[in-house]
Amino acid sequence: MNNAANNSYAVHIENLTVYYGQKPAISNICLDVDDGEYLGIIGPNGGGKSTLLKAILGLVSIASGNVQIYDNSIQKSRTLMSYVPQFAAMDKRFPITLLEVVLTGCLKKGLTPFYKYSAKEKDLANELIEKVGIPNLANRQISELSGGEFQKMLIARALATKPKLLLLDEPTASVDAFSQRQIYDLLAELNKSMTIILVTHDLLAISSQVHRLACLNGRLVYHGEPELTESIVNSLYGCPVDLIAHGVPHRVLKEHEEENYND
Amino acid sequence: MIKALFEYQFLQNALLASILASIVCGIIGDIIIEKKLVMMSGGIAHTSYGGVGLGYLLGFEPIIGAFLFSVCAALGIGYIKRKGGARSDVVIGLFWSLGMALGILFIALMPGYPPDLSSYLFGNILSVTKSDLYLMVLLTVIVIFVIFALFNNWKAYLFDEEFATIIGIKTVFLEYLLLLLIAMTVVVLIRVVGIILVLALLTAPAATASVFTFDFKRRMLYSILFGSVFCIAGLWISYEMNIASGAVIVVISVISYLLTYTVRTVNNKLKDTQNTHEGEFNEKN
Repeated sequence: MNNAANNSYAVHIENLTVYYGQKPAISNICLDVDDGEYLGIIGPNGGGKSTLLKAILGLVSIASGNVQIYDNSIQKSRTLMSYVPQFAAMDKRFPITLLEVVLTGCLKKGLTPFYKYSAKEKDLANELIEKVGIPNLANRQISELSGGEFQKMLIARALATKPKLLLLDEPTASVDAFSQRQIYDLLAELNKSMTIILVTHDLLAISSQVHRLACLNGRLVYHGEPELTESIVNSLYGCPVDLIAHGVPHRVLKEHEEENYND
Repeated sequence: MIKALFEYQFLQNALLASILASIVCGIIGDIIIEKKLVMMSGGIAHTSYGGVGLGYLLGFEPIIGAFLFSVCAALGIGYIKRKGGARSDVVIGLFWSLGMALGILFIALMPGYPPDLSSYLFGNILSVTKSDLYLMVLLTVIVIFVIFALFNNWKAYLFDEEFATIIGIKTVFLEYLLLLLIAMTVVVLIRVVGIILVLALLTAPAATASVFTFDFKRRMLYSILFGSVFCIAGLWISYEMNIASGAVIVVISVISYLLTYTVRTVNNKLKDTQNTHEGEFNEKN
């Protein structure tokens, strides 16, 4: 009660349990995300990362617990959130242009018969397409886009809804290194004006990007500063994971930090 | 046939029925291909056979029975699929067989000689009546109106249902509405190609159109065009050679699709090899 009055969380999760079929995908998750935070979620495959995102978005039914978005129920706050889904789950052959996809982010709630996109909405869409770095592809069919371009399009579409909270599910999977860099720079820029929750496998990016880190393996293994100790990683993945890659600045494992290891 | 067309009412009916069928096929066919609902449509179509049987048993117009059954099948399959628990392909399979079985059962229970059902199973476009036409016109108008009124919403829903849900579009409503439209389409098609052959007319024109264009609206237009050509050609052959119209239309549709597909594949192969040659050439320079 007091908490809610004093502290406005972007996301407030209490004892959340979600079932996938017969077994729980995530159980007893308690997690608060501050307004303006940049939270990274990591964990093994099947650890419930995507499920947690979908629970926040209200796409899966909650078995027990409570999720509040900006002090309101999910249903009421839906317009505040937007979502960048996993690239792999998308239909890449659908006959639609990049601009049309971004424009769907401008659609109104409910159903609007005979809806025509206004000039203002088209301007916004074009602006966003430029912002994510694919300005000359607006009229390209989505089947002709590369992984990175597709991913950037999905981010532009999510931004077209003008969200306060942006959730991304592995936005850098199947994306080339250059585009990865671009996407992370873009997210850092966006974080100045919105809260971001990022699910990723990319442990290195997470240490250099996010403010806070949540480690998920069915339950919440760790939540706090983006510095992983070996014991957390071990309980997360069940085995020691090599977190070092060549030349990338990182703070993943504290012990390995060296002054001269930057690129 | 042109002269006969002006003389005989049944030929005029048949022509109009072909065009109506092509319109709904073009629109709905493109959607079911993109949404991967082809087998669902097959299930809905075959379930309607139960309605045809019930119509004969209770003495009302069989096509009305088919309409009621296909609507119930659409909503039933949709509901079970949405509630989860059962796999949708299993449910579709069960409805598919149950509908056919009920049809046979109802016909068996009917007193007197059993009616000839082949026109419902395989379609007979030359026997389309005025009242059939009225129903077809009504359903076609509804399908066109619903799709074009909500075109942008449909597009968002078809491309990414999850995202559409998040931005507050009523996706559950759209899903049931789409299933209802499929049921209506099936009823329009039953008189033309019959229950068993519905799938070919739903998929072949749309698939052929997809070879030529990527624009969704244009693809629907092309599908309507291809569908009309297939149907009218089929009608003409079936009139001249006295063969069941449904079978002729389906054979023409499928052959046309296979031909376009082959031509496109060969064409792409040629282009690819050309491109790689050019690529090598450019690299050398």
